[in-house]
Amino acid sequence: MSFALKPAPHVTPATSVPLVMRRVLYALIPATIVYTAYFGWGLLINMVIAVAAALAAEALMLRARRRAIRPGSADASAVVTAILLAFAIPPLAPWWIPALGAGVAVSLAKHLYGGLGSNLFNPAMVGYVILLISFPVEMTQWLPPVGFDPSVQQLGFWSNLNYALTGHTPSGIDIDALTQATPLDQVKEGLGQMRTLDEIRLGRLFGFYGGRGWEWINGCFALGGLYLLYRGVIRWHIPVALITGLCGCAAALHIIDPSRYSSPGFHLFGGATLLGAFFIATDPVTAAATDRGRLIFGAAIGAITYAIRTWGGYPDGLAFAVLLMNATVPLLDRYTRPRIYGHF
Amino acid sequence: MTDVKTVVLDGIWRNNPALVQLLGLCPLLAITTTLVNGLALGLATTAVLVVTNMTVSLIRGALIPAARILVFVLIIASLVTIVDLLANAYLYELHQTLGLFIPLIVTNCAILAQAEVFASRHSIGVAALGGLSTGAGFTMALIALGGCREIVGQGTLFAGLEQLLGDAAAGIVINLPVDGILVAALPPGAFFGLALLIALKNYLDRDKHGVSTTATQRAQAEKHLP
Repeated sequence: MSFALKPAPHVTPATSVPLVMRRVLYALIPATIVYTAYFGWGLLINMVIAVAAALAAEALMLRARRRAIRPGSADASAVVTAILLAFAIPPLAPWWIPALGAGVAVSLAKHLYGGLGSNLFNPAMVGYVILLISFPVEMTQWLPPVGFDPSVQQLGFWSNLNYALTGHTPSGIDIDALTQATPLDQVKEGLGQMRTLDEIRLGRLFGFYGGRGWEWINGCFALGGLYLLYRGVIRWHIPVALITGLCGCAAALHIIDPSRYSSPGFHLFGGATLLGAFFIATDPVTAAATDRGRLIFGAAIGAITYAIRTWGGYPDGLAFAVLLMNATVPLLDRYTRPRIYGHF
Repeated sequence: MTDVKTVVLDGIWRNNPALVQLLGLCPLLAITTTLVNGLALGLATTAVLVVTNMTVSLIRGALIPAARILVFVLIIASLVTIVDLLANAYLYELHQTLGLFIPLIVTNCAILAQAEVFASRHSIGVAALGGLSTGAGFTMALIALGGCREIVGQGTLFAGLEQLLGDAAAGIVINLPVDGILVAALPPGAFFGLALLIALKNYLDRDKHGVSTTATQRAQAEKHLP
């Protein structure tokens, strides 16, 4: 019988970084399945490439910083970054898009700032924004959902993989014939041509609230988010504040002029709203740490996203909003520090 | 007393205005989209630096301490106006490209710092040498940052050299077989590029413990010695 005494702590914490990261990955499984059902194999191919590049960058940077590779990379945070990036980029992308994005996200946005826990900006969003402003053409190759138009051919697994690796589409098919603007893109373009929202939304690209297919994927993000809330991985402040900020702005302007400003439902189920609200803005490292700070952080991301979507140059602005608010986090934490009893 | 080697080394490397003193960052970050832009602005700044230093050194006996900054700025502003008009007359296209950043040389703190700290305390020859080496250090940083951002951002090198050297240099431009990552040519690329250059300099300067110290830090450390 062993009576060996172990030093404190005797009660080990119920969560750890690897467990949190694994739960985030579990929460993304439903969305992955629905996304693949609607848009083909591109997402999975991008995920594999991005994860490989992120892990390679993680190992390289840990080596360069003279840290042990095993415990440093076993927490799966690089995998989460890569998977979130894969959701953000178009499913039909040349291989170097996810590879470069994930490599830059892990090396530049995470390790150069001091590694996990010290990074000021959300790594996945830094990778995405660098890709978006550097390669505007490749980053707009979005696909139409299944059932959008019977004459449009969907790429099978092998032809999708072939495009990712070599940049060749199957013979006789032009890349422009395969791709399609996203719903947010279409709304922005239609409004620019002085059409009303009702006319634009007659298109086959639109579903009940958001885009066809997109609204189900976004519903799955919300489902995964509820799982994370239930498990205590994230707290309610940021998602609720973000959705309130975005939908509040949308509702106010929609009531004033419904023909020019999309409904709150469209904003909620369109673009990156729900992925951002539950998975990106809630990053424990780069978000505000106090409850009041989180409410301000989330609401401001929602409002800035709405402003960029409505008046900005890009169809969606969540990534920019997250990065902008990341920069304010030290200030938010300083001014929303909770009062400790007995101190002023 | 003043060692020529120290003056030259300080200006070019140990107290490099851009990479160690972090002075004149506005033109450094804004104009270095290509190597040629960086080179041109560096040469203009160096010309202003050398003549300013010599002028300040000549009048250093007559300076009233309370009004010295005013006099320095007047001298620098006059010289920058001359450089601006010369560039407009003889290098018109380059002048169009650099635009506001030639007049903005006036606000380059590296020049004011040289006048205040160095030129007003040394004889004309040493002051000119200090200005020349500081300008060379600044130009080298501009060239390095401009070259890196041009290669990564646009996939070219020496683009626009004909604006500086005339039409004979038009063929020198090197086109790399890649398109480049546009972000490097945009403002974020300037900040990342400068940070990486400073990191590289600190890496090259590291001692056997892997610690990098600048000339300023070394001087401070020596002051605290008994």
